[in-house]
Amino acid sequence: MISVSQLTKAYGPVLAVDKVSFEVPKGQIVGFLGPNGAGKSTTIRMLSCWLAPTSGGATVNGFDIFHQSEQVRQHLGYLPENVPLYMEMTVEEYLDFRGRLRGMERELRRKRIDYVMQRCWLSTVRSRVIGHLSKGYRQRVGLADTLLHGPEVLILDEPTVGLDPTQIRETRKLIKDLAGEHTVMLSTHILPEVEAVCDHAIIIAGGRIVAQGSLEELRSTRRATARVLIECRGPAADVQTALQRVSGVHKVEMLNGDDARSSRDKNYVTAAIRQKDGFDVREEVARTVVQSGWPLREVRLEHATLEEFFVQVTAGQAVSKTQESAS
Amino acid sequence: MKRAPVIARRELASYFHSPVAYVAMALFLFAAGAAFVMYDFQPGHPDEMRHTFESFVWLLVFVSPVLTMSLLAQEWSSGTMETLMTTPINELDVVIGKFLGSMAFFVVLVLPTILYVALLSVYGHVDIGPVIAGYLGIFLTAALFISVGLFCSSMTKSQLVAAFATGAVLFASTIIPYLVSYYATIGDVWRSVVNGCIYARYSGFAQGIIDTGNVVFFIAATAVFLFLSVKKLESRRWQ
Repeated sequence: MISVSQLTKAYGPVLAVDKVSFEVPKGQIVGFLGPNGAGKSTTIRMLSCWLAPTSGGATVNGFDIFHQSEQVRQHLGYLPENVPLYMEMTVEEYLDFRGRLRGMERELRRKRIDYVMQRCWLSTVRSRVIGHLSKGYRQRVGLADTLLHGPEVLILDEPTVGLDPTQIRETRKLIKDLAGEHTVMLSTHILPEVEAVCDHAIIIAGGRIVAQGSLEELRSTRRATARVLIECRGPAADVQTALQRVSGVHKVEMLNGDDARSSRDKNYVTAAIRQKDGFDVREEVARTVVQSGWPLREVRLEHATLEEFFVQVTAGQAVSKTQESAS
Repeated sequence: MKRAPVIARRELASYFHSPVAYVAMALFLFAAGAAFVMYDFQPGHPDEMRHTFESFVWLLVFVSPVLTMSLLAQEWSSGTMETLMTTPINELDVVIGKFLGSMAFFVVLVLPTILYVALLSVYGHVDIGPVIAGYLGIFLTAALFISVGLFCSSMTKSQLVAAFATGAVLFASTIIPYLVSYYATIGDVWRSVVNGCIYARYSGFAQGIIDTGNVVFFIAATAVFLFLSVKKLESRRWQ
């Protein structure tokens, strides 16, 4: 649906986007993740035909962003960052204006406006002036506008910025509901957003793609994998030695200080166990602890988080970029 | 250019949401009315609108910047330019649409002055020819002024900068040559420069003379500024 190859944008000598290539398959929600200033918005602005690429190219819905810009825009729903709207218009007037801009016939326009209003929970503010609405409602008006013409592809740039937690949850739910009917590319710098909404993620940093794939793939390529946390009452050194002997255990690390929740209770210790590939050591570990006579309070499998991965790849990129510019 | 009317319609409606336009309208009508009463609507004066029409161009120099300052500058500053240009319309649609919307508001602005013609014809015999020429002249002048304002508005995010730039251009090309020709003794070369400027060309219309050369001048100059505005909008893609 979206296919990007070697896309590059230079602002003078600064490369904002550097030979970026990726694919967004049909019907999926893909998170476009990166720290602020990574080149997310620039990439998206090229895809929406707002900016022309310096080199490279892309197709959206099979249309070339450079040579078939009008067709691209016809089939695209694009929500820019900060959701610019005409503040003096009412919600209905605005959507009607946007429908006219897209050349929709009166009947169709009316039908679609009713549909998107209901879909984005806007029916109650239909004839309110946009400038008087809260940020959350404005965001929904922006979303409603992107859905108005029933586009195959949606590109949303930071759609939850500035919303309160309830609004964020609602917006995410709405976006999630849109998958299947639409192909969605969601730009964000908030990792939990990707984990909550997306099937796939593309991570960009310093104008380059540093990782892409399904969330599972990204988690598994992370250098540090899942670990088992075990909390029991016993002498730390003994616990560590005993656990080390359990088959399938790769490494035992005793947590203390901020990491250990038991720090409040001096008698309890927390061990973090890294497993060898293909082992689940939880049962064995629990049995060992109990047999040794140490009261067991908790056994927990801690899943690998994307967060750590995200920090690793983006920090790595930032470092290499600094070195590059220094040399 | 299919979508230009959609833009024009929105633009015209947005004028009526802003107090600035109402203020400009009130001042324009007050000043035009004053000029009419003082110079044309007097016993013993000829039954014509010549002085009223000449006052229009002065007023337009001050009113046009106010009418045009927000046209594109506001779209830039609020970011709506991006939502606008990522729908399947092109830069020409936007420029023509904005221009037409502004012209429509100008027509609304000038329409009440037809009342002056009516008043005058109650007390005398108004020759309708020069009146039509006068309105044609002010229409063409407004088109040029608005296209200048539109261009200035396309260059900046700040409405204030757009208004001052427009005002400066209009003042330099209209009022200054007029004052020079009126108060200063100037040589032939400068005389021909002044005669090529807006005021001299416009005053022909105010006197009831429709000179094809002047008509072409106004239309061509308007087209140039509209063209430049389109190019400015297109240039964002290559920044």
